[in-house]
Amino acid sequence: MSDTSVDSQAIDSSKRTWLITSACAGAVGAGAVAVPFVSSLSPSVRAKAAGAAVQADISRLKPGEKMTVEWRGKPVWIIKRTPEQIAELPKLDSKLADPKSERHPDEYTPPYAMNEHRSIKPEIMVVVGICTHLGCSPSDKFTTGPQPSLPDDWEGGFLCPCHGSTFDMAGRVYKNKPAPDNLPVPPHMYLSDDLILIGDDKKA
Amino acid sequence: MAEFKEISPNASAGARLLNWVDNRFPASQLYKEHLSEYYAPKNFNFWYFFGSLALLVLVIQIVTGIFLVMNYKPDAAVAFASVEYIMRDVPWGWLIRYMHSTGASAFFIVVYMHMFRGLIYGSYRKPRELVWIFGCAIFLCLMAEAFMGYLLPWGQMSYWGAQVIVNLFSAIPFVGPDLALLIRGDYVVSDATLNRFFAFHVIAVPLVLLGLVVAHIIALHEVGSNNPDGVEIKGPKAPKDAQGHPLDGIPFHPYYTVHDILGVSVFLMAFSAIIFFAPTAGGYFLEYNNFIPADPFKTPNHIAPVWYFTPFYSMLRAITSEMMYALIACVFGAGLFAALKSKMPSFMKAVSVVACVAVIAMMLSIDAKFWGVVVMGGAVVILFFLPWLDNAPVKSIRYRPDWQKYLYAVFVVVFAVLGYLGVQPPSEIGGRVSQVGTLFYFGFFLLMPWWSQIGTFKQVPDRVTFEAH
Repeated sequence: MSDTSVDSQAIDSSKRTWLITSACAGAVGAGAVAVPFVSSLSPSVRAKAAGAAVQADISRLKPGEKMTVEWRGKPVWIIKRTPEQIAELPKLDSKLADPKSERHPDEYTPPYAMNEHRSIKPEIMVVVGICTHLGCSPSDKFTTGPQPSLPDDWEGGFLCPCHGSTFDMAGRVYKNKPAPDNLPVPPHMYLSDDLILIGDDKKA
Repeated sequence: MAEFKEISPNASAGARLLNWVDNRFPASQLYKEHLSEYYAPKNFNFWYFFGSLALLVLVIQIVTGIFLVMNYKPDAAVAFASVEYIMRDVPWGWLIRYMHSTGASAFFIVVYMHMFRGLIYGSYRKPRELVWIFGCAIFLCLMAEAFMGYLLPWGQMSYWGAQVIVNLFSAIPFVGPDLALLIRGDYVVSDATLNRFFAFHVIAVPLVLLGLVVAHIIALHEVGSNNPDGVEIKGPKAPKDAQGHPLDGIPFHPYYTVHDILGVSVFLMAFSAIIFFAPTAGGYFLEYNNFIPADPFKTPNHIAPVWYFTPFYSMLRAITSEMMYALIACVFGAGLFAALKSKMPSFMKAVSVVACVAVIAMMLSIDAKFWGVVVMGGAVVILFFLPWLDNAPVKSIRYRPDWQKYLYAVFVVVFAVLGYLGVQPPSEIGGRVSQVGTLFYFGFFLLMPWWSQIGTFKQVPDRVTFEAH
């Protein structure tokens, strides 16, 4: 073997071209085979179908109370705010990161909730109880005043136990917290005074 | 092909069998190269136990893991119950499970010690860069392995820990949300997520891990082990005996195999004590909330990762929008330094200044949440570059200036404090301390090219320091 000299003149360039071509074709084939494998990681048809709208009956919800319903595997909170809590909302604007819900409105706030109280009816709040930081579910901190992990002038709202983000009684995030956005308001509508449909807002 | 060796027909059956094998597979050669004639420096101290201990823990994890899989069910509806079934009804199942869960923490203790050994004795420096890089890749695999394994019991911490970490990926601009969806296989952490994490935890990552461990050892045996003096025992100037074996080295087997049995014995005493008397280690090895089944509607009041992730988790939490201003100032300072003080050609200066401006623009336009993820990932990735950050004229800390020894001590303290704060609930003062700690951690590595040259270095001896005992 050692006496075979390899000089540039001896290279069969046509053979080399075809070698490169077949190697490229092979690489394309290998890449194409990766498609079904990667696609199999995305949500299955069954998982996609599980996103149907759900109904919630709020007739027994008293002012200051919260109920949770499941929608797409996530907790959706329905809260009946007290008049004091509603009155407090406009006063907090200066401490909030996005008081008017102007960031990413298509993802977090439907047009009918683009107001001070982020809801269709001022007293009823409907939000997805998943922190916009890393997806923990914030805890209720409705009691006002000083308490652990919260500022002394706390006016009631939610505290995310994971990274300390705080939200007011309209799910609006406070400034200088890890969470960038307000709690998302899911698409929802009132079927009657006491019946809310969560997950759909277009059906008449 | 090697030359075919004949052996006397009068040789023993064992010798003839070995000769038969050796003519077909390099059994004796491998044994010699990696054990009986692998010369390791004779001045190893206790820090050198942790490499072989890491191998021991790997074996423990694989064996206990195989037996756990025989009774575990990767199904969100029954996973939690199947772990409790192993704990209560499977004969000795509790022992196998606690060996595996304690083994995870033991693995990280051993690996952190092993990495620290490499750090202080300069074991990552030329020609051992690849040994170090394979090691860092092993560390990454271990983190993936530990994270995905923690989901399997399907407790509260399993569920919410996975929720938080998977959501980290969704912070990446543009592709993030789709990437998170691809990892979970559902819109929330669910049965699909549990199933795929199981597949990765028991098959995919262990395969990669084993390959990397082999690469780590092959690379090590190619260049030879470092030692506490950072003196090369196999270099051209190093003294050797008539056979060419280094005078400062001893064969790994039998000398270090026997030596390591001592380390193994001490380790197993501590390991057994934890398994039998404190398998949860006070909530640090197995968090109490993980004995509650996963509830997608209720995040536990205090969630924190297991202790071995907390230094990095603290750095993630440290990045708030306020902290971004400090980071922007750092990038601005680096750009200014590149433009005014550095000795680079002017073209390179222009490139670095443009890069700094671009980074600052991105830092101003993308959420702090994303940069938190970048910082956490960067804290691990930066380790890979260590061989090229250290410019000290000596390898070992023994011959570094005293002030650098204190700096290493501060680094250890900062890392431990970050780890402690990561276990604690978020607080105002803790947040400030972890911000300072994060800046120190990155400053330690990124400024190393400069600080590692400052001070009066001690004379490195020609031969290793060793006293017979």
